Amino acid sequence: MKPAIKIKNLSKQYRLGTVGTGSFAHDMNRWWHTLRGKEDPYLKIGETNDRTSKGNSDYVWALRDINFEVHQGEVLGIIGKNGAGKSTLLKLLSRVTSPTTGSIKARGRIASLLEVGTGFHPELTGRENVFLNGAIMGMTKQEISSKFDEIVDFAGCERYIDTPVKRYSSGMYVRLAFAVAAHLEPEILIVDEVLAVGDAEFQKKAIGKMKEVSRGGERTVLFVSHNMASIQNLCSKVLVMQNGTFAYMGDTEDGVNFYLKQSREQISLKLNERMDRTNGKNLRFTDIKLLNFKGEVVEQAMSGMEVKFEISYSLKISLKNVAFRLVISNIDGQDLFLCNNAFSDKRIDINSEGKFVFRIPKFPLPEGEYFIQLSAYSDKGIEDDIESVLKLDVEKGDFFLTGNVPVKKDGIFVEHYFEH
Amino acid sequence: MQETIQNDDWTIEINPKSKLLDLNLKEVWRYRDLLMLFVRRDFVAVYKQTIFGPLWFFIQPILTTIMFMVVFGGIAKMSTEGMPPAVFYLSGIVLWNYFATAFSLVSNTFVANKAVFGKVYFPRIVTPLSLIVSKLLTFGVQFVLFLVIYLYYLVFTEAPLRPNVMILLLPVLIVMTAGLSLGLGLVITSLTTKYRDFTFLLGFAIQLGMYATPIIYPASSVHGKMRMAIMANPMSAVIETFRYAFLGVGHFSWLALGYSLVVMLVLLVIGVVTFNRVEKSFMDTV
Repeated sequence: MKPAIKIKNLSKQYRLGTVGTGSFAHDMNRWWHTLRGKEDPYLKIGETNDRTSKGNSDYVWALRDINFEVHQGEVLGIIGKNGAGKSTLLKLLSRVTSPTTGSIKARGRIASLLEVGTGFHPELTGRENVFLNGAIMGMTKQEISSKFDEIVDFAGCERYIDTPVKRYSSGMYVRLAFAVAAHLEPEILIVDEVLAVGDAEFQKKAIGKMKEVSRGGERTVLFVSHNMASIQNLCSKVLVMQNGTFAYMGDTEDGVNFYLKQSREQISLKLNERMDRTNGKNLRFTDIKLLNFKGEVVEQAMSGMEVKFEISYSLKISLKNVAFRLVISNIDGQDLFLCNNAFSDKRIDINSEGKFVFRIPKFPLPEGEYFIQLSAYSDKGIEDDIESVLKLDVEKGDFFLTGNVPVKKDGIFVEHYFEH
Repeated sequence: MQETIQNDDWTIEINPKSKLLDLNLKEVWRYRDLLMLFVRRDFVAVYKQTIFGPLWFFIQPILTTIMFMVVFGGIAKMSTEGMPPAVFYLSGIVLWNYFATAFSLVSNTFVANKAVFGKVYFPRIVTPLSLIVSKLLTFGVQFVLFLVIYLYYLVFTEAPLRPNVMILLLPVLIVMTAGLSLGLGLVITSLTTKYRDFTFLLGFAIQLGMYATPIIYPASSVHGKMRMAIMANPMSAVIETFRYAFLGVGHFSWLALGYSLVVMLVLLVIGVVTFNRVEKSFMDTV
């Protein structure tokens, strides 16, 4: 198989902070260095993109020395935490911005499936916009003409095709935009589920289209997602990114495990010492305890029994309207349910360090291993956020109090009644 | 062996820097349909949902001309070199309008299109080129208006209009106006991506530029150092030549026109170079 994309020593550097007078001074310095035939002084410095620690430099490498090849017909999943460099990589691939060093070589047209409706002009009719949008994505007028009927049919808006799109319902607008993108038939398709907009139906359609495209075996697909289940379902290979470099590339199964393990390795650390957190300056989670109905600290939870999560935090300044959020996900990284005082109670004001408890009267998960993510928000935004704070073992328990426990270990128990 | 053959047929290569003067005309040609669709969009969309519709193409220059006739002809009593004021002012306005609108739109390319540029790749130069073409169409319409009024005065009145052979230079004048607005616009838009200061200067500069161009007054009414300053403006020779060709007044010189041509070429080169540099990474700074 031929490589469809070849990436060599690819790096991208960003400047932190605002672009303003400082950047002008740096530009001048840079210009002065190039004038004397010297190397750019700012390319030497810069740090890896670890958001969790504060660096000393104003420059940061969003991507650093990426090398890989994707073969024609492969479906490559790209996974990584937020800020690992996935979006930057896609931006470079779709030529929205250019790399600082290195090169990308590709065969055929690269298109991103979810940039739908780009360049739609509200005053123009559906027909005019189909042509305009198609042309922006690189189709010729002839190509669009030959597919025009198909596109209109797919979008199901034949009756409105000569009406300005500003009169369209939002659903119709998205359908038409998507129809154009779906008929583009690029050799290399980029799907970014993380950035996906639109309703669930639309997302399903997008994924469906992607499946259809990849099945042919001729098109190459790059798929970015946080959903491990769809990665496992669709991808033949996986690239795991971490802090702007890649941590793993290869088999899907191993890649997904590698990714999940990545954040879970940190679990053994004390919550207070964890560095892989977002913000954490004012409010900082320091401890999490699992308690049973008697208030005793336990190692395991049990299905159907009362469970309490007691979480301690330290605080530097008073915060208003604080919401605490605890998310439980399964081993595949899929979120199952969450506890949030903003919904179940109300947001609170806090002035000093303290504790809070989420009490779940009947723990609804079947036996297995689960992971907990903790975050806190105030009216200023995100205050602290840590993934995989705790690995939660759940023991088999009699949720329905009937003595019968289902064999299937997926999903969530829901209390229900049988009437006859 | 096979590897080497395979590795030569890449269709896309993305590198950090482009060549200094890389117009990439082949790619622009491939996107010619997009260019024409952009032109269509700009031309059609502007006057949608207006009562007068395309009539606005005429109303604008007519109102400007009337305003000039009242303020500069009527109140300030400035010379029109014995020409009917309507023809005199309009002969300056149509070309200047083309320059001013095209220039200000091209100057805004990156900022106005960042949403589209931030999502999809196409040769960025297509956007300013399409603006130049769509404003050329507007100019065409307004030029017809000028011709109608001009012919009325020529045929039905005793006005001393003296059309001459220099009318043949009209295509050159149009190309020069397009080139000047494109070149200067590309430079400005490249600068505005990083330093927004230029957007504030722009509106003011265009207004000032109009007074620094012989539109409301004949160049012959300016003398000495002022004249030097006026003629340093590359649009001056273009407007003067246009007026000379149709009206037979004013001053025509190959030297002045040649100077404008050189300025245009220099601006175009600088414009394309800066635009090429900026287009690759402007999303990071805009």
